[in-house]
Amino acid sequence: MEKAIVVNGLRKSFKDTDVLKGVDLEVKRGEIFALLGSNGAGKTTMVRILTTLLNPDGGTATVNGFDVAARPDQVRQSISLTGQFAAVDEILTGRENVILIAKLRHLKNPRQVADHMLERFGLTEAADRKASAYSGGMRRRLDIALSLVGNPQIIFLDEPTTGLDPEARIEVWKTVKELADGGTTIFLTTQYLDEAEQLADRIAILHEGRIITNGTLEELKQLFPPAKVEYVEKQPSLEEIFLAIIGNKEGK
Amino acid sequence: MNRYFFSDMSVMLGRSMRHIFRSMDTIITVCITPIAMMLLFVYVFGGAIQTGTDNYVNYLLPGILLIAIASGISYTAYRLFMDKQRGIIERFNSMPISRSALLWGHVLTSLVSNMISLVVIILVALIMGFRSTAGILPWLAVTGILVLFTLALTWVAAIAGLSGKSVEGASAFSYPLIFLPFISSAFVPTDSMPKVIRAFAENQPVTSIVETIRALLSSQPVGNDIWIALAWCVGIMLVAYVFAMRAYKRRAV
Ligand SMILES: Nc1ncnc2c1ncn2[C@@H]1O[C@H](COP(=O)(O)OP(=O)(O)OP(=O)(O)O)[C@@H](O)[C@H]1O
Ligand SMILES: [Mg+2]
Repeated sequence: MEKAIVVNGLRKSFKDTDVLKGVDLEVKRGEIFALLGSNGAGKTTMVRILTTLLNPDGGTATVNGFDVAARPDQVRQSISLTGQFAAVDEILTGRENVILIAKLRHLKNPRQVADHMLERFGLTEAADRKASAYSGGMRRRLDIALSLVGNPQIIFLDEPTTGLDPEARIEVWKTVKELADGGTTIFLTTQYLDEAEQLADRIAILHEGRIITNGTLEELKQLFPPAKVEYVEKQPSLEEIFLAIIGNKEGK
Repeated sequence: MNRYFFSDMSVMLGRSMRHIFRSMDTIITVCITPIAMMLLFVYVFGGAIQTGTDNYVNYLLPGILLIAIASGISYTAYRLFMDKQRGIIERFNSMPISRSALLWGHVLTSLVSNMISLVVIILVALIMGFRSTAGILPWLAVTGILVLFTLALTWVAAIAGLSGKSVEGASAFSYPLIFLPFISSAFVPTDSMPKVIRAFAENQPVTSIVETIRALLSSQPVGNDIWIALAWCVGIMLVAYVFAMRAYKRRAV
């Protein structure tokens, strides 16, 4: 089986809004696939169908070779979901959150798994604090850590960096790249072209219920108007300033 | 999948029990109102209420216990609502976990925390002069009925928590439940009520449950009331269970 995800003619409407009007796409094993779309394009709807949370109205979707509507249990064995908003238990500590998921995945050494995960995501120091006391970035990291417990083969990340500061954003990017290097298939959604550019092997743009383009970054670039050389005085962006200052601080 | 039901459920139970023990104030809050009512009725109104018994605390306690349960279960609605709102339910539903494990975890937690509140309230009642002649078996029967009543109302709370659109909406459903004991024989005998109200009072679940518990605790014959009480509890529980599971699965597949 070569394809991790195959979607054909997928349709979904809510009451009178047609959100997906026949989506086709394929994701190869081990690649990072970015679904790019603006607010309300239907990215979350797409992710919820592929992760068995929502039934499609029409068309088919298979994940890891299993049909999402017919064999949801098998699909759930193969995937993990990091939703658009961090889903961590705020009353539990970071460590307890990881142990909880490890137990629910029926792993042998939940405590060891937790130690390992917390270290990997730089949360060892905060491990015994309640998740409600975490910053947005820490919460997102914990959220992603929870999704990686048990090494699922296919990972869904719904706008993993929306709302994060530039530093936290780059950290999430790093994690995603490491995962992909380890052979995990990654399906992520984003509103930002630069994020897709940074991470993705293949990019699909979801617009008005359909995939309007789909290809590698190189292929997409050929569709864009050719680059023009212009001389414009460029103010540093907020992100650049921020990173420069942070970099200076850490250098000292 | 069912192979893991009990292990998943106990993990979920452990999780929500942690929630309870990290917010012991909720148990205290649940106890305070019924205890205050008990004080009010015994020491303020009690002298004027004719129940035909000399110990009004004995008369009152069963109704007070039901009020405590009716207010205690709204925390289950609240916790389920928070799980839904924070995306925790979606996270669990995208994992290979037994479908109903999360709900059972919440329900059993509700049972444990309500039983703790009931013990606290009974201790206060003892200080206020509550006495029972009942032996072990009648007490076991009383416990059984209270457990069933808690389970029945907790499943009702689960429906509210899963389908509520706001925190207030999810927990406000319990107010009418708290009121039911007032229109029953919990505080005053029903003979003194106007005809229509009396008909309602005598045929709603709380009266049969209150009468049964009262009879058991004072070693009186329970008669038919116990069967009516059991039928109400089991009936409400089954119906609420079906609707709660439906509300839960609607957001699953
Ligand atoms: N449960 C629902 N009931 C009704 N309408 C819904 C529901 N879920 C989504 N929609 C609608 O479907 C459309 C697509 O929503 P979706 O959340 O998939 O978009 P999105 O691409 O994830 O947007 P965002 O970038 O804001 O997260 C929106 O118009 C939304 O209002
Ligand atoms: Mg979205």
